[in-house]
Amino acid sequence: MTYKFDFGALLPYWQQLLYGCWLTIVLATLAIAIGLIIGIVTALAKQSRIGAINFIATSYVELIRNTPFLVQVFFIYFGLPALGVALQPWSAAVLALSINCGAFAAEVIRGGIDGIARGQYEAGAALGLKPFQVFRYIVLKPAMRIVFPALSGQFILSLLTTSIVSSISAEELTSIAQSLDTLTFRSFEIYIVATLLYLSMSMIFATIFKAVDRIYFSYPLK
Amino acid sequence: MIRQFGFSEFLSILSGVQSTLVLSLIAFVGVGIVGLIVALSRTSESAVLRRFAGTYIDFFQGTPLLMQLFLVFYGLPVFGFKVNPWTAVTVGLTFHASAFLGEIWRGGIQAVPKGQSEAARALGLGYVDRTTSVILPQAIRLSVAPTVGFLVQLIKGTSLAAIVGFVELSRSAQIIASTTYKPLIAYGFAAIVYFIICFPLSRVSARLERRFAVKT
Repeated sequence: MTYKFDFGALLPYWQQLLYGCWLTIVLATLAIAIGLIIGIVTALAKQSRIGAINFIATSYVELIRNTPFLVQVFFIYFGLPALGVALQPWSAAVLALSINCGAFAAEVIRGGIDGIARGQYEAGAALGLKPFQVFRYIVLKPAMRIVFPALSGQFILSLLTTSIVSSISAEELTSIAQSLDTLTFRSFEIYIVATLLYLSMSMIFATIFKAVDRIYFSYPLK
Repeated sequence: MIRQFGFSEFLSILSGVQSTLVLSLIAFVGVGIVGLIVALSRTSESAVLRRFAGTYIDFFQGTPLLMQLFLVFYGLPVFGFKVNPWTAVTVGLTFHASAFLGEIWRGGIQAVPKGQSEAARALGLGYVDRTTSVILPQAIRLSVAPTVGFLVQLIKGTSLAAIVGFVELSRSAQIIASTTYKPLIAYGFAAIVYFIICFPLSRVSARLERRFAVKT
């Protein structure tokens, strides 16, 4: 093997790489926050007795889950301008990630709501609680307990998915790595470093989520 | 010259489907083999093997597929391998997806009641016989539904091959989009084609899941 590794060539750019990590985390956070709202609305819509609403929610979830994210990003960034919606790369990335995340979150949340036994609602109603109170005091926490691990997994998936928005030149870790690649010509080193940065981010978040899960959602209730 | 978006443009996007399917199939075979090794290591009695498989899974589930493809693409030449897009993408996908399939199959193997392997052991069966004729046949039944669901993930994953220059469905849509200046139709059509491939698989997976859920 004649290749000489030269990680030193990347040292002057460490701030840019860290900035890339920051942008990636911001993207993933926006995606999960907006995606969660979309997911809750969609999960409720899927329970609706009105056929049309149910159909729209189901189609949205199935369409997003059964097409690749890359095509969704391209459709939004390159395709939507034809309909008069021209977005900057960064906004297009946030929109695409949120829509994608929303479809997956909808399924997770539906699982959480379905996981609550019917008797719980009935018991709440029997105690004279209003529907909102039943939801707030009886359904929410056990549902959160079911939903939280899946949602934190979804956050990490979104964190990794953000790398794909580099293909529409939205700025985040992968696109910064690509621009450093053309500056330094140390492709292999750059992508090793970027990969390790992604790995550290996902491991740090996984550890945090596990701790939160243990503290807030463990039995017996504190 | 700007091309019109006609029948032949739809056909040339469709021609990418073949590469998408062939790539998925080859990757699935590779992933199946590596995934089985990962799953067996993860459930093995040797702590070293379990540890190793665990690290493998953490690494490939904790980093983006795109980065893994770049690493293979730029890394293989460093180790003296010639890369053509086919090998780079197949190797990258195999590494990535085997971590996920390995975890799915590990779940299947661990879902087989412990008494089964204990009984096999009591009958004097060695590791190989125990695994191939007692554990795996039952684990496979339990794993069919999530494996079909995993196929959807794999097929969607092949779209990233477009970024490293491999011509499949997404890439051919990209080419047509840039020659016709009709990205809305090109990407919309590609999305529909992916949907037609993936949606039935998702439905089959969900149906299998329900059927096995009742029985167990």
